[in-house]
Amino acid sequence: MNGLTWALLGAMLAVILAGCGSALGVGLAGQAAAGVVTEDPSKFVKVLVLQLLPGTQGIYGLLIGFIALSKIGLLGGGAADISKGTGMMIFAACLPIAIVGLISAYHQGKTSVASIGIIAKKPDQFGKAMLFPAMVETYAILALLISFMAVSAIPV
Amino acid sequence: MAKLQMQRVSICALKRDRKAILEKLQSLGTLEVNVIEDESLTKMDTSPAKQRFDRKVHQTQTALEILNTYVPEKKSMFASLEGRRDVESHDFSQAVFSRKKVVDTAKRVAAVDKEIAEKKATILKMEAQIDSMQPWLSLEVPLDFKGTEKTGMLVGTMDPETTLENIYTYLKEFDDSLEAVEVDIISKDRNATYVSAIALKEILGKVEEALRLNGFTKPANPVNMVPKDYVEQLKVDIQSCEAEIADSKKEMETLAATRREIEMVADYYRMRKDKYEVLGLLPQSERTFFLSGYMPAEEVPKIEKEIASKYQCVVDIEEIKEEEEPPVVLKNGAFASSIEGVVESYGLPGKNDIDPSKITMVFFIIFFGLMLSDAAYGAIVSIVCFILLKKFPKISEGMRKSLRLFMFCGLSTLVWGLLFGGVFGDLVQIVTKTFFDHEIILKPIWFAPLDKPMLLLTLSLLFGVIHMFVGLGIKAYVCIKDKRYLDAFCDVGLWYLMLTGLILMLLPTDIFASISQMTFSFPPVVNTIAKVMAAAGAIGIFLMSGRSSKNPVLRLGLGAYDLYNITGWLSDILSYSRLLALGLATGVVASVINQMGSMAGKSVAGVIIFIFAFVFGHLLNMAINLLGAYVHTSRLQYVEFFGKFYDGDGRPFNPFKTNNEYVDIKED
Repeated sequence: MNGLTWALLGAMLAVILAGCGSALGVGLAGQAAAGVVTEDPSKFVKVLVLQLLPGTQGIYGLLIGFIALSKIGLLGGGAADISKGTGMMIFAACLPIAIVGLISAYHQGKTSVASIGIIAKKPDQFGKAMLFPAMVETYAILALLISFMAVSAIPV
Repeated sequence: MAKLQMQRVSICALKRDRKAILEKLQSLGTLEVNVIEDESLTKMDTSPAKQRFDRKVHQTQTALEILNTYVPEKKSMFASLEGRRDVESHDFSQAVFSRKKVVDTAKRVAAVDKEIAEKKATILKMEAQIDSMQPWLSLEVPLDFKGTEKTGMLVGTMDPETTLENIYTYLKEFDDSLEAVEVDIISKDRNATYVSAIALKEILGKVEEALRLNGFTKPANPVNMVPKDYVEQLKVDIQSCEAEIADSKKEMETLAATRREIEMVADYYRMRKDKYEVLGLLPQSERTFFLSGYMPAEEVPKIEKEIASKYQCVVDIEEIKEEEEPPVVLKNGAFASSIEGVVESYGLPGKNDIDPSKITMVFFIIFFGLMLSDAAYGAIVSIVCFILLKKFPKISEGMRKSLRLFMFCGLSTLVWGLLFGGVFGDLVQIVTKTFFDHEIILKPIWFAPLDKPMLLLTLSLLFGVIHMFVGLGIKAYVCIKDKRYLDAFCDVGLWYLMLTGLILMLLPTDIFASISQMTFSFPPVVNTIAKVMAAAGAIGIFLMSGRSSKNPVLRLGLGAYDLYNITGWLSDILSYSRLLALGLATGVVASVINQMGSMAGKSVAGVIIFIFAFVFGHLLNMAINLLGAYVHTSRLQYVEFFGKFYDGDGRPFNPFKTNNEYVDIKED
């Protein structure tokens, strides 16, 4: 594999894994949310917010994927001629958000399900219910930060 | 920035004024009833009356719901924002005066609804009967036809595969003599074969037995009419039922004209129900009754004016005692009160807390703007909130606060967006490049985060340090206010000392320089001072944190454990990197959208595709990032900020007031 392939593989993994994680998480939470809405449609907005919380990892993956693509010149303009070493560096830089995004979004989805349970029983505790899934997201943000700093620091 | 000062108000008055005083209190809506128990006084059992009113509330409420299904009110999308409607007190008392009639109307609505439902059920039943008659339609005698003088008839169903020959064979097998039998197959379908058999009365019993052995069954409840006529009659009946339903629906429409009165009466009974609930709590003697509860101190003069001076009674005002836990009401100006909803959803300030609204508000809108960081999104959010606020002046209080909060957040987003040069991402650049062949780059006022992410990261962490230092400062303020000077020094002062020392030690290092691209070089004196501060702070915390414990070993252990909290500070500060991450996410996704839209190039189709991508893409991006900014800003306040100083275990104020659903009564 040449450098460009490595870099592209990294960008794709960031989008694919983080996106899959978010899809899993949002899907889990959506099932619980639908259950609550069957009982009480007025809670729709609150449970929708909780459902969307695990969706951000997919966006973080997209962000890293996009930056990596523009780094290697695949967006508009010709592809940059990058060495195998640089390509592997970009690949490595994409891994944090790819892996942490996948796992954290899945677990954030499970936490959202539990928080939707709070809303079902005590709708006035929305602030606290929102906090639990947001705690999980911290680690996705940290991974995003490192991926971002690494990708933008790699000279091409 | 304040919790309202509460006072205990106790009223002792004559029983004959009971009704008037309670009504006055209810309309003022500023007293939370909290009765002091007294064994020597009795309480009135109001539960029968309460149940009666509850039933009336239920009746009127059901009637309104039914009316809404038959004659839906035209409502705009924003109906829920409109709030209750104003009525003149004259109109209201008129509706209340004729409440008997209105309740009867409500009952009538329920009755008509029941009639309609019953008729619909009847129609369904008749339709099912018509269906079950279909196979018999060609039969020209009634199903329960008894036969003529000599012959008898059998009708019934057999297996679907049965043919005429089969039946004759069955008969023959059963008894050779059964020959004088006329069998007809009336019809066949998937489920059964429908047959009739005519025979002399003497052998009819044998025929029936022969057939029954082969799966013949008589219809469960045969009708005594020719099937065709029966179906005709059913159809006529259905039509008349439908006509009756139409009449009932018309009646519903006329009944719907009284909807407004029903609403008022529903609210009236709701009010009375609440009143009787309170009445049941009050201790009473033979001639007097006692009432006690919490009230904001600033409302007390009103009570004195409205009640003490008008009725024969004693009104006693006391300060709250040490062991009591009064309910909490926040009172802030228009700016700071916008955040009250966010503070409340964490928890109202408890006994030892101060109201953190104002300072939280400042940080909230700064962080929110930094996370959303797109000038156009900010402007849209502000304008939408502003219009909603102007258009729906009677919107509920909580909703108004939220809208105002987002309006301020939008303004802050606008400012940050301009500083970072984000207007729908890089829209200006893409549009001018794609469609006008002349690229214009909108220069950020300060810097573009994608170009200098490290600067933004440093800024985020700096905000974090400020935010948490302010939180710690508030803790010190609370301690000093309570004259706990030692606590203020040990729990806050020492931490300040150590953290400042550590930060000063960190600033000149290479690692910091490589992150922030800023180099600090302090004179050696400062470096020494920093080390001394950090060490002194650490030793102080080690020695003093466990001061509540008498056991010296345990004390030092607790101190060491508290010192370990320094890792908590590190993770708290890093947590503020979300300001950078979310800010970047908005901008990058916005430029992805713009780039996708511009892919079709400069053509008519290209412009149309661009507009589609622009509208849907940015709407989606804005919605998701608004959510993200709201959630993560709240988190920074709840975990990192409130964690430093705030308990939030206050009890919300729940005054005795009119809980109307539909109307607000204007005072004369």
